[in-house]
Amino acid sequence: MLLFYIGRRVLWAIPFMFAVSLIAFALISAPPGDYLTTFAATLAQSGDVVDEARLDALRERYGFDQPFIVQYLRWIGGVLQGDFGISFEWQQPVGQLIWERMALSVTLALATLMFTWAVALPIGIYSAVRKYSIGDYFFTTIGFIGLATPNFLFALVLMYVAVVHFGSDVSGLFSSEYQDAPWSLAKVGDLLSHIWIPVIILGTSATASLVRIMRANLLDELYRPYVTTARAKGLSEFRLIMKYPVRIAINPFISTIGWAFPQLISGAVITAFVLSLPTSGPLMLQALLAQDMYLAGAFILLLCCLSIVGMLVSDILLAVIDPRIRFR
Amino acid sequence: MDGETMTSEWNTPVLELKNLTTEFVTKRGAFRAVDDVSLELHAGKTLCVVGESGSGKSVMSRSILQIVDPPGRVAGGQALLHRHRTARAGAGEETVDLLKLNPKSRAIRSLRGRDVAMIFQEPMSSLSPVHRIGDQVGEAIRLHEPVSKKDARERTFELLRKVEIPNPGKAIDQFPFEFSGGMRQRAMIAMALACNPTVLIADEPTTALDVTIQAEILDLIRSIQDDSDMAVLFITHDMGVVAEIADEIAVMRFGKVVETGDVYDIFERPQHYYTQRLLNSVRELDHPSERRLAMRKERPVGAPCLVSDNVRKVFGGSKSWFGTEVEGLVAVNDAELELRSGENLGIVGESGSGKTTLGRCLQRVHDVTAGRILYTDSSGLERDLAPLTENQLEQPWRDIRTVFQDPFSSLNPRMTIGQIIAEPLVVEGKLTGPQIRERVYELLELVGLPVSAYMRYPHAFSGGQRQRVSIARAIAPNPRIIIADEATSALDVSLRTQILDLLLDLQERLDLSFILISHDIAVIRYFCDRIAVMYRGRIVETGDTETVCNTPQHEYTQSLLSAVPVADPRARGQKQRVRYREAI
Repeated sequence: MLLFYIGRRVLWAIPFMFAVSLIAFALISAPPGDYLTTFAATLAQSGDVVDEARLDALRERYGFDQPFIVQYLRWIGGVLQGDFGISFEWQQPVGQLIWERMALSVTLALATLMFTWAVALPIGIYSAVRKYSIGDYFFTTIGFIGLATPNFLFALVLMYVAVVHFGSDVSGLFSSEYQDAPWSLAKVGDLLSHIWIPVIILGTSATASLVRIMRANLLDELYRPYVTTARAKGLSEFRLIMKYPVRIAINPFISTIGWAFPQLISGAVITAFVLSLPTSGPLMLQALLAQDMYLAGAFILLLCCLSIVGMLVSDILLAVIDPRIRFR
Repeated sequence: MDGETMTSEWNTPVLELKNLTTEFVTKRGAFRAVDDVSLELHAGKTLCVVGESGSGKSVMSRSILQIVDPPGRVAGGQALLHRHRTARAGAGEETVDLLKLNPKSRAIRSLRGRDVAMIFQEPMSSLSPVHRIGDQVGEAIRLHEPVSKKDARERTFELLRKVEIPNPGKAIDQFPFEFSGGMRQRAMIAMALACNPTVLIADEPTTALDVTIQAEILDLIRSIQDDSDMAVLFITHDMGVVAEIADEIAVMRFGKVVETGDVYDIFERPQHYYTQRLLNSVRELDHPSERRLAMRKERPVGAPCLVSDNVRKVFGGSKSWFGTEVEGLVAVNDAELELRSGENLGIVGESGSGKTTLGRCLQRVHDVTAGRILYTDSSGLERDLAPLTENQLEQPWRDIRTVFQDPFSSLNPRMTIGQIIAEPLVVEGKLTGPQIRERVYELLELVGLPVSAYMRYPHAFSGGQRQRVSIARAIAPNPRIIIADEATSALDVSLRTQILDLLLDLQERLDLSFILISHDIAVIRYFCDRIAVMYRGRIVETGDTETVCNTPQHEYTQSLLSAVPVADPRARGQKQRVRYREAI
């Protein structure tokens, strides 16, 4: 039953990915003009003469004069073979440009997700079980501040505190000596020592909202008859709460994988700028501004695929954790 | 179990409640839900605690194990568990006061589920939906006894077999939602029995179940009790169930025990007036209403006014993407039924039998899949309601009205009683504002509510009063037919006859015909001239109520009637129960 459910879900994800890729491509082709018009405009601005014939030749070479659907098919055909095309701006294959940044983005997002869960789950449970206690009020207040503070502002404050009071270097994900060094254990250690600041910054608001969600959900479950049943069985309060109501109230936590993931990656753009993180956000923004369509397209496509995978993972986990879902 | 078995153990209770008091602390002060209750439970005996809703019986039972949800708390008294008088007896005398123990302490936890186990009312929600049956039952064993997972599983299997769950090997790995209500309650019982408790507290364990399943669960509890000498504290509001299983009875009202005694004493010589009233209203219900019989003599039943001609209702049947036929659920299967003018027709059946769906089809709130609904209006014109559109149904909808089951959720809490009753009149648009107000006053008086109710909100009224408001709303546009869907099921017994009498009263004054949909044979017997028995979407038997009740023809009707508990302890065990198995 469970395997059947997972199989069906995975199969459904495939047509969905194609639909998403079509939309992604439509989006990046949507702005008027193409990379060459932007390119020409930049050249004209700096006083260079634009050779129309050369532009047309380029346009033909890149296939910009083809109808939309042909362009899409060429592109997606390439993507399926692992070729994301050439970045016009960087004059390099897109693949080379994005992998490391994508990997760092995903690492950062995963680390943030873990942090969010690790903090939100116990606090949420505590707040629900000790409703209206001093601790509950304390976390509620912190939570609202966390929700209401924009990430970039929080980043600035944290950077200020870290630099002025602790004198530590907080920008980027690596110290300068490891910046361009090949991957090694020492570099991973360096990454770990840097990653916590962006993790806290990015995770705060998600943590705050998850605490609220967990608290509200658990409060709904805490006085259900099955809890009384378990209590009458002689279970200890702690095991009782963890085994029954928490297990049922945890569903929205799992669902967050689906939406938190793309949100973390795209929402991290401003923070990434402020902290000058070598993640995908800044590069993507630049690509979009320059209408560097294959580079931007690759980012958008990967982000969409990540959210589909995120949804898939959360759906499967939900089915594992809640049998009612897989039987429906 | 009568006087003969009153041996020495009779005077040696295994669980004694002394002056138990439980309070609910609110901002407006403490409210005593259980007030100075003293009871005794004896090994192998069943003590039934009866009372109407709000009498504190359920809170009392939870106080024993100190599992009352906040803001409730045990304020005083003792609950003495005499462990030395049970099978678990050690060498010396051992008496534990359960109320002295900290509700979160290990000491009380080790007694919960082992010495004293509980079963609850809602088999649907009392089991965790995401844990397997075997896990939930086995947990009770593993909590109290040092057994391996494998042994616990084996014992769980045995327990499931003992409570007669078919195919326990499969059931052990199933989830509660794959079970029917009766099966879930069996699983609950298995869980309670896991450690052979000395005392079993059953809090309305059969109230949410159909009568045939109720009868089986009661049999099960009784047979287990015979085997194990367990003391049972059985909480119920149903005097029929009490007569069926009780050895002793305690009657509760407003948190206090007003009368206790032997089952025969209470049923035959009730002392307290409240007990007398409770018994009277039960006994009254089991017979045809005198009032109705008198009324029928004066005004005989007329010609059919609402006829269901082969009505069929299928839910959810459709063609799927690939052209394969998805089979729908046949809720009503070719129902043939007629309601005559000035008559009360009862539709009886268990949950899921399609009786409510049939009622909604007759009113044409639901579309029907096939068949005709022939309605004869006041001018004698017969029309088929089945193909009509919403606009064409305006007049029939004024003529055929519904009173719903739940008086708490069928009234909008943000509207005043006046607005609620006036709504159908406002929609009709025939009367002016002052005229509507006049009419609402008139209706309030008709249903026996004070005029002052006009400006008040539903929450200020009790269940019975709210049901009167529902009735007033139903009769506001001068209807001809009222469909009362379980209109008395949510009410306490003493209120049921009052509401039914009100309906009879209105019938006399306003010339109404009724369809009463109910699972409760007693209510139908009191109120209805004719009865239709539904089983799985089919009407299996129709006829004069008394004839059907006394000499049921269809096997299903026989099994249904034989399962209804009789409120007379002397009749216990005399009735042969018929089990109905549908021939496929």
